[in-house]
Amino acid sequence: MAEPLELVCPAGAPAALRAAVDAGADVVYVGFRDQTNARNFPGLNFSRSELRDGLAYAHDRGTRVYVAINTLPEAGNPDPWHRAVDDAAALGCDALILADIGLLDYAASHHAGLRRHLSVQASASNVESIRFYQEAFGVQRVVLPRVLTVAEIAELNAQITVETEVFAFGGLCVMAEGRCALSSYATGQSPNVQGVCSPASHVRYERRGDEMVSHLGDYTINVFADGEPAGYPTLCKGRFVAAGRASYIFEEPTSLNVIDSIPDLMAAGVKALKIEGRQRGRAYVSQVVSAFRKAVDAAARGEPAPACDLGSVTEGQRNTTGAYAKDWR
Amino acid sequence: MATHATKLTLGPILFHWPAERKRDFYARIADEAPIDTVYLGEVVCSKRAPFFDSWLPEVAAKLERAGKKVVFSTLALVMSEREIEAVRAMAEDSGFLVEANDISAVRLFAGRPHVIGPFVNVYNEGTLRYLARNGATRVVLSNELPAHSLAALAEAAGNVELEVQAFGRLPLALSARCYHARSRGLHKDSCQYVCADDLGGMPLKTLDEKPFFAVNGIQTLSYTVCNLVQELGALRDMTIGYVRLWPQAVDMVAVADVFRSVLDGKTEAREGEAILSRHVDFAPFSNGYFHGREGAAYAQ
Repeated sequence: MAEPLELVCPAGAPAALRAAVDAGADVVYVGFRDQTNARNFPGLNFSRSELRDGLAYAHDRGTRVYVAINTLPEAGNPDPWHRAVDDAAALGCDALILADIGLLDYAASHHAGLRRHLSVQASASNVESIRFYQEAFGVQRVVLPRVLTVAEIAELNAQITVETEVFAFGGLCVMAEGRCALSSYATGQSPNVQGVCSPASHVRYERRGDEMVSHLGDYTINVFADGEPAGYPTLCKGRFVAAGRASYIFEEPTSLNVIDSIPDLMAAGVKALKIEGRQRGRAYVSQVVSAFRKAVDAAARGEPAPACDLGSVTEGQRNTTGAYAKDWR
Repeated sequence: MATHATKLTLGPILFHWPAERKRDFYARIADEAPIDTVYLGEVVCSKRAPFFDSWLPEVAAKLERAGKKVVFSTLALVMSEREIEAVRAMAEDSGFLVEANDISAVRLFAGRPHVIGPFVNVYNEGTLRYLARNGATRVVLSNELPAHSLAALAEAAGNVELEVQAFGRLPLALSARCYHARSRGLHKDSCQYVCADDLGGMPLKTLDEKPFFAVNGIQTLSYTVCNLVQELGALRDMTIGYVRLWPQAVDMVAVADVFRSVLDGKTEAREGEAILSRHVDFAPFSNGYFHGREGAAYAQ
């Protein structure tokens, strides 16, 4: 039997952490309740004491916990980020997920013994970039940006000595992560700085006759016919007009799902699968983690993924394998 | 005096202009524009590079003869082995200063003087200091940063020169996917170079016909044209030494003249803004990021 891929699962709250552990997560990843992580949504994430309790719950059951500190520290105000690194280390987390060069430098010099993973927000998409982070900061794992095909991931893994982790399920950035300012252009808030994309504070729904219109800031993101479910106006999943034609020019409202490609990702040398969704609830976490636990274990035994229905938890009830297939480009 | 004045730079051409248009553009910049430094090279899409690569030596030589400093810029999103090889080749050819627009180039340019381009995230002093130790002599700052962050970085910069993007449609995002091709029902591999149809990017509007972005192949730009002509005094006071103009399909010599004249105190900023608005008739201005607001905003 091959070694199963490590299953890295999201938790935006203590209940979700327990759900992920109970459903068979190898690792749960979390963030602090502030702008130091890229899911800085109202009511989400962990206080220091919640993280202490979460770590105890997870470690008692053999599950590891990674802490994402993956926004870019503000100039003139590094303390919240430094404190987040120091506290995550003091509380005994198993790895830090970092994106900023200055913060990687800080973590490497102040907490040399604590594993450092490179966040997807660093957008390291090639062998030289990965070597840079490995040589400069001792990064032991890279979360690959969602721009590479499975074939490219295999080529990359053949040339590097760090572990790679790839996104397996959930919301899908169509832009190179950490290099996208669409949200701040419309709202003043971005993943890099405030840790939010298309923030709820700027979302507005408006009924216009038979239609429902979704807005982000001053911009219309989509118009839905009566009865059509009005999705959240994530900027890059909106409908826009180019050359006189309206379309989902960036991406349809879909979810990434590679549950049927796990053997290909194993063959490509991937070490870990990441499930997106720290903003999602306990039910989502239980359902997705359980399905992937079974699929990852089946793949390790050389068996096909057991049938499962994740349709109810996917965005727009539609799936894509995203950039992993070349024709996505 | 002149050596301490804020320097004007011309960023690489982000759009897929015909080679002849690029050559003529740079010839006029060489002869007429008060530009100190010109960045050359294909930054957006490696498929476009062969169209102009063979012209680059001649263009660079002409610009240097005209007294301009020339910097060669790398691709911003580096994925394929061929693209990595192109960055390695730039690292080995030490004839010109180079601009790193991807972390791969930061590794390959280590230990020699280089510019960190705007596609590498430098948001704080820790990152700035690390990159300076790695050999960076100039850093082009992200367009998202508000004035107080620019000031804090300038304070910490030491010997590193800082450059701020002050004119043109702002680069906002990169993707593996080509949206120009997608808008025509094509894939990136068989794109037919449809990005050449739009000299300033393809306008993207909301369903209410409100202009929003401009698509340039795999890149998404702002629809608005960033214009910091009224903020030049503030940038100078922060000791930001370099101001970047992004080439647009407008009279860039006239644009450079306005910026130079305002920097030299010969034209009032407000008058400079009025002149620029006569040259830029295709989209409104923006300066929101500088003022800590949404990037599309324009505070006058």
